[in-house]
Amino acid sequence: MNAIDKRRLVSRVVLILSSISALIGLLFLFWILGVLILNGIESIRWDLFVYEGAPPGMLESGLKHALIGQLILVGCATLIGVPIGILGGTYLSEYAGNSRFGNFVRDISDIMMSAPSIVIGAFVYAVVVLPMGHFSGIAGVVALSIIMIPIILRTTDDMLQLVSPTLREAAYALGAPKYRVILSVVYRGAKAGVLTGIILGVARVAGETAPLLFTSFNDNFYSTDLMEPMASLTVTIYNYATSPYADWQSIGWAAAFMLSMFILALNIIGRLIILKRKGA
Amino acid sequence: MKHIKSSVLLDAFFAKLSHGGALIVLILVISIFAVLLGYSLEALSQLGLEFFTEEKWAPNLEKFGARSAIIGSLISTFLAMALCIPIAIGIAIFLTEIAPNSLKTPIGTSIELLAAIPSVIYGMWGLFYFVPLMRDLFGGLGIGMLSASVVLSVMILPFMAAVTRDAMNTTPDILKESAYALGATKWDVIQAVVIPYAKAGIIGSMILALGRAVGETMAVTFVMGNVHRISWDITAPATSIPVTLANEFTEADSSLYFSALFSLALVLMLISFSIIAIAKFYFLKKVRRGL
Repeated sequence: MNAIDKRRLVSRVVLILSSISALIGLLFLFWILGVLILNGIESIRWDLFVYEGAPPGMLESGLKHALIGQLILVGCATLIGVPIGILGGTYLSEYAGNSRFGNFVRDISDIMMSAPSIVIGAFVYAVVVLPMGHFSGIAGVVALSIIMIPIILRTTDDMLQLVSPTLREAAYALGAPKYRVILSVVYRGAKAGVLTGIILGVARVAGETAPLLFTSFNDNFYSTDLMEPMASLTVTIYNYATSPYADWQSIGWAAAFMLSMFILALNIIGRLIILKRKGA
Repeated sequence: MKHIKSSVLLDAFFAKLSHGGALIVLILVISIFAVLLGYSLEALSQLGLEFFTEEKWAPNLEKFGARSAIIGSLISTFLAMALCIPIAIGIAIFLTEIAPNSLKTPIGTSIELLAAIPSVIYGMWGLFYFVPLMRDLFGGLGIGMLSASVVLSVMILPFMAAVTRDAMNTTPDILKESAYALGATKWDVIQAVVIPYAKAGIIGSMILALGRAVGETMAVTFVMGNVHRISWDITAPATSIPVTLANEFTEADSSLYFSALFSLALVLMLISFSIIAIAKFYFLKKVRRGL
């Protein structure tokens, strides 16, 4: 066997090995997806949207409480996280630029984006739940918005920097003050990108379970009071899936299916916006 | 004149407002560390170094040793990385060099979408499908260190595969083509051109995935068992820092117990903060600047 044959052989072996490992990985991933879809479709019923949580064994048991709770928690977190994140991102891109402070905030936000979410839960427990004396929806909102701020901040920063400096200069030349330039020119140019960032940020936060475990806790009944413990889809999935009751487990799969479809839909919408902008 | 004056005021106001938005991130990080440290002091001062070296965790006896949780975190993360890295690299090589163009986009996109699936779903799959499999294979409960590591590795796999592929994709085609023109085989190109070119990015992404794996809670809480014991048998139930926090935080009934849990949270935050910082400052800096 000469050197060339040997190299060809080695190459072929490695390519086969990496194809096999790719196959194994994809097999696992599609196993999970398949299990989720099959169980989800089997367990999902219209009743689940109508009824609140009920003890195991009850027929009239649903997820209304968790769906509403999830919407309130994620919605309020978005209302807090998005404005702060956009403002911070605007500062980094328009005022701080490449300064040392700007890059420091960028690095810290990057690190915060990957910080363990359960630690954020513990932090919020200390600063919100302990002073209040009990678990509450508002604590869950605070935890989720803390996770959201750095995500929105970084994408806003990146997206605003993509707006061409000549556009800004043109607006300055017309005598516009800086805040006008930012509001009417820079934001308008970066609209699609910032929107995508918001959508992906919401998708990321909507799947968080760990920071809610000891902030908004859980509640098996319908409630819209942010001062009280509040149900969420994610914590309900955890509680129902780890329960020994088959009917609760099945509701848990339905909840898992709904949550995943919601998050996948947000991700796909976000991608479509980017694609459309690229095509335009 | 008046108009200009008011716009100067508004200008200053907007600058301050957005400055505040940027400062909030710094304030949050500092207060997270300060608050965690503040609540940890009781346990750390009362238990001292014993907190880290003692294995026994018995809340009813007011004995809190974090060794099994810390070691558990390290072992489960290490095993998960060991399982995940070769497969992720395999997927990345497959997607960049082997797969036909018609497969690249659909497989690549579905892997990216799988990275968005919440970790609680991975945990649920682990509990209902993977744990029974382990029980059949190894006997025992099926719940334990090995199950947790596998579920964890499956969970970080899409993220790691996607970023490794992105890093490999940064290799300029002209470099690869030059190597092919010299008679290189695909593997020659991968190991002599693609990997050296993308090395910093690949390593950085892996450390980033490592940082995520250390702090991941839900994927492992389902399948680890929360037993404070270090065992040589990796199929035995075990615990890690996030698992302990998720299971016991709402049960803590004494201030020392609470403080011990906050100390665990602080340790976890420090570990993950330093891992991610290393990835960012040491490896990914070059990549970001280069792009």
